[in-house]
Amino acid sequence: MNYDFNWGLVLSGEYGQWIVQGVITTLQISAISIVFSMLLGTIIAVFRLSQIKPLEWFSIAFTEFFRNTPLLVQIFFWYFGSDAVLPKAVNQWLYKQNFEFAAGVIALTVYTSAFIAEEIRSGIFSIPKTQLESSRATGLSFIQAMRYVILPQAFRIIIPPLISQFLNLIKNSSLCMTIGVMELTYMARQIESYTFHGFEAFTVATLIYLFISLIVSFAVNQYNKYFLKQYSW
Amino acid sequence: MRWDVVVNNFDYLLWGPFPQGPLGGLALSIVLAIGGIFGAFWLGLVVGLLRISRNRLARWAAMVYIEIIRGIPILMMIFWFYFLAPVVLGRSLPEFWSALVAFIIFTSAYIAEIVRAGVTALPKGQTEAARGSGLTHLQAMRYVILPQALRNMIPSFVNQFVSLTKDTSLAYIIGVLELTRAATQINNRTLIAPTEIFATIAVMYFVICYALTSASRRLEKQLSRYQARGR
Repeated sequence: MNYDFNWGLVLSGEYGQWIVQGVITTLQISAISIVFSMLLGTIIAVFRLSQIKPLEWFSIAFTEFFRNTPLLVQIFFWYFGSDAVLPKAVNQWLYKQNFEFAAGVIALTVYTSAFIAEEIRSGIFSIPKTQLESSRATGLSFIQAMRYVILPQAFRIIIPPLISQFLNLIKNSSLCMTIGVMELTYMARQIESYTFHGFEAFTVATLIYLFISLIVSFAVNQYNKYFLKQYSW
Repeated sequence: MRWDVVVNNFDYLLWGPFPQGPLGGLALSIVLAIGGIFGAFWLGLVVGLLRISRNRLARWAAMVYIEIIRGIPILMMIFWFYFLAPVVLGRSLPEFWSALVAFIIFTSAYIAEIVRAGVTALPKGQTEAARGSGLTHLQAMRYVILPQALRNMIPSFVNQFVSLTKDTSLAYIIGVLELTRAATQINNRTLIAPTEIFATIAVMYFVICYALTSASRRLEKQLSRYQARGR
């Protein structure tokens, strides 16, 4: 092993700034995608449970398709092929923005929302059916019953699995480097190709991912310990 | 829509330049997935058993292994083996092998958690009875616990196999000519049908993964009928 370690190189100066910039981009793309995938995931889950058959079918097809195809392929699909799928006006607008970033957000959102929809559905299923029946009987509409009775309870149960989906999303955002989003992994790769000190760059990036993930799983464990016990039925 | 591009290159998507050149495309993705799950099963079984062993040090080491691997993106893992191999071995590993090793190590952490959950889900009386009849801890595991636990874990293993099949697309990044790379090559060569090409490979992945998930769902239903469960 004759490798000349140079940690100062990665941790300071221009390359250090690249890493910081990469972390910021990773957190940005993750945060935006998390918000959108929660919205889309909830809609898909409610579709699945609605009594309108076509909506239910759409929701099943959506989750099965996007869960069973690789995220990388989906990223390439949105990046290279969005011309053919999205309306022209939307595309024109996206090209004017940061298009790589937007394609990454779309892919991460759609992919993650399929998983989130399944979590939400199982959360809703774990609420006793009588809850829905009695709230309907008190005169609430289906949407009102969902909004005021079922979803608030369901969300409390599924917070831990949802958060681990968010964590997956943060890790998955590394795939956006393939289309040129300058997030953490991209920056590590960039430093490698400029300096040939890939070992140090990847160590730093790995430790940052690990740090984020350990903090989140610690928080989930605490939540499980203190809050979830009270709501087990 | 230029579906003719896909039709003309379909054999390249299926097996790459084979038989004139090396195997590639979907065939190589499947080889990677099967090799990966096979290696990860044995490694994951060992780590999972260490995770629940009575030796504190072993338990701790297995936990650190699992937490670290589950905490970093698989893309990072692939880069690690790609860049680490030259540093440690003094020469670089062929891309296929460094990708395969990365897949095995990455998936083993998830398999280990499945093994742990499967073994702890069996009633405690099973271990106690086996131990009480004079078997050693290892024998009890080997002849009583694991045969039951592994059967219950089959659906989870299949799900892991599905994730691995999807993850093989990431071997693209270090230049392994599997399905995703074959598709990008065709795309770079033709430049006129990106949507069609990527939609096609998405469907190819989907067909395999969906077949596996529905098989695992059916299996789960069948197994739950005669299964030893409890605390």
